[in-house]
Amino acid sequence: MPVCAEPEIPVSIQIELLRLMLLMRRFEEKIIEVYPAQDMKTPVHLYIGEEAIAAGVCVHLRRDDVIFSTHRSHGHCLAKGMSPQALLAEFYGRVTGCCKGKGGSMHPVDPDNGILGTSAIVGGGIALAVGAALAAKMKKTDSLAVTFFGDGATDEGIFHESLNFASLKKLPVIFVCENNFYATNSPQRARQPHDNIAKRAAGYAIPGFQIDGNDVLGIYNLAKIACRRARYGLGPTLVECRTYRWKGHVGPDCDYEKGCRPKDELEDWMEKCPVKAYSEYLIANDLVDAAEIKKLTSLIDRELDEALKSAQAGAYPELADLYRDVYYESTAVN
Amino acid sequence: MHEGHEEKKKAMPWTKVCIDKNEFEAGLGREGLRGISYREAIREAQRQMMEKDERVFILGEGVDDPGGIFGTTSGLGERFGQERVMDVAIAENGITGVAIGAAMAGMKPVFVHMRMDFLPMCMDQIFNHAAKWYYMTGGAVNVPIVIRSIIGRGWGSAAQHSQALHALFTHIPGLKVAIPSTPYDAKGLLIGALEDGNPVMFVEHRWVYDYVGYVPEEIYKIPLGKGVIRKPGRDITIVAISQMVYEAMKAAKVLAAEGIDVEVIDPRSLKPLDEELIFESVKKTGHLLIADVACKTGGVGAEIACRVCESVLEYLKAPVARVNFPDVPTPCSPVLEEAFYPSSTDIINSIKRVINHGRSKESTSQHYYACAQ
Repeated sequence: MPVCAEPEIPVSIQIELLRLMLLMRRFEEKIIEVYPAQDMKTPVHLYIGEEAIAAGVCVHLRRDDVIFSTHRSHGHCLAKGMSPQALLAEFYGRVTGCCKGKGGSMHPVDPDNGILGTSAIVGGGIALAVGAALAAKMKKTDSLAVTFFGDGATDEGIFHESLNFASLKKLPVIFVCENNFYATNSPQRARQPHDNIAKRAAGYAIPGFQIDGNDVLGIYNLAKIACRRARYGLGPTLVECRTYRWKGHVGPDCDYEKGCRPKDELEDWMEKCPVKAYSEYLIANDLVDAAEIKKLTSLIDRELDEALKSAQAGAYPELADLYRDVYYESTAVN
Repeated sequence: MHEGHEEKKKAMPWTKVCIDKNEFEAGLGREGLRGISYREAIREAQRQMMEKDERVFILGEGVDDPGGIFGTTSGLGERFGQERVMDVAIAENGITGVAIGAAMAGMKPVFVHMRMDFLPMCMDQIFNHAAKWYYMTGGAVNVPIVIRSIIGRGWGSAAQHSQALHALFTHIPGLKVAIPSTPYDAKGLLIGALEDGNPVMFVEHRWVYDYVGYVPEEIYKIPLGKGVIRKPGRDITIVAISQMVYEAMKAAKVLAAEGIDVEVIDPRSLKPLDEELIFESVKKTGHLLIADVACKTGGVGAEIACRVCESVLEYLKAPVARVNFPDVPTPCSPVLEEAFYPSSTDIINSIKRVINHGRSKESTSQHYYACAQ
């Protein structure tokens, strides 16, 4: 694909992409470490194996750009600049969490970083992102919206409704489909007549690209074009990133033990680990050496350990909070 | 701001119910008060709020049609342009999501549906997204959206173009439900809904669109959750919803001639519900009837009856009664339609049964027979 060829990406950004991917990977691995203690009482949908996508897209985004994610949202939130501590405190049900303990792992929010909340209903966030893009256009700003969703969401009617509307109105939105080939445990071939989701863009008269979802630089280059189209008022882009989740649909375990997916399929994809491949690429191109990656990883680990400690030390909500924040109460004088 | 005056028990211009322009002109019109129809009141509220607040915009299938959603959006497209009066595809759930996303990002959309029957197409976005968002995000992001929908009736509209589904929405925490019956309330509540900051289901009734009433020209707001006494009375409380307010007023007039003094309460919002107003009334009258424009089972009447039983049971002198649609889909044939829709006569008959409860064995058994129907 020509857009992926000869990237001229500043070194600082190439390093930032690595940092983001390592942050996402280590964040999820921390959850795997602490989860067996059973005091993180929220269903976790881990992003391990798919990190290149969030990194390659979010590194282009400004603070005022909006993202809508899914139940598998940790990576997107971190890549958009959210504090690991606010996420982890939320996962522990603490009042110090981003949703004051009301949302858990599936609904992170951080309006200051353009995360206006997260839907765990498959496809739900797609229309919301289109709406945020509509607001950006009506307010005459050049900010944009990105919606991340899985291949399962493209089975939903709301996928069609949203792409149709966004194309018609030429809205600044990027549809990023993370095709990991499974909707929970249903394989794509059991649900869709062909495996090319990008092709569907043609039906809406918007560009659609299919790309290796483990190739962070390819995604970076493609997302750059999609962002430019959005900011210049040229309308939406559909990007299908083909990838694989290493863990089960939910929880810290691999699901091949339960017979959900073939073990050799997982092993093939682990061979194509996006973090490992990119690290090797950077080393081979003399942009970084193994020792520096190790140092970067330990810096991230330290940050995450502190975030974890602080999250665990946070207070639980008061019981009276059960009844708070059901309704917004206007403070406007009128 | 007229709202403060509504506390008074005396019927004020803004609580008065007029069926048609003649009745208005013979009364309030002669006092020099401005009278406009329910449809004009809704149009005026939208126009004034769009002029006042550039975040407000309207979207819906046909909002810029010549028909203008029964005239409630007529002329607004010309006035504000297609960007703010936006015709959209018949893609109810997706467009609801788009409106919600826009609301999260700082806009104030009014999404209009020509029939309430189309709302089941939007349930995922209304129930799972709009209603949940403020709570789920710990109060970080609110969803200021108004979803207008219209209850149809008559001309053989049948089962998919005449449903009244307001009770479903009262069941969901996070949603508010407004259901105005008069032009004054239609304007004030729509402005109240637009300034509320929460997702508000705004339920209109097609049969009241032509009704004329006093509506001030300026912007005024009726906060959600405040009911109003349409007519004070001593003997029985009728909580009348939407178009049933008019049937209840007719019934009250007939019963007054027979010496039964009916108090008519219009809750105006079903969530939040002005239960104190209802409780105070029941404490006075000891009798309660709820007249709704919807099917009975699981309806708003059940909720109101239960709350009265939970809080002021000792004041009740007779079982609570309800006037509703029967628990069947709306039929088409005019003969069946006639039998389907309750009228002031049904209210009168129910009231008599409630008032006469316990006075004779016969009437009691008749009452229970009626309840069992």
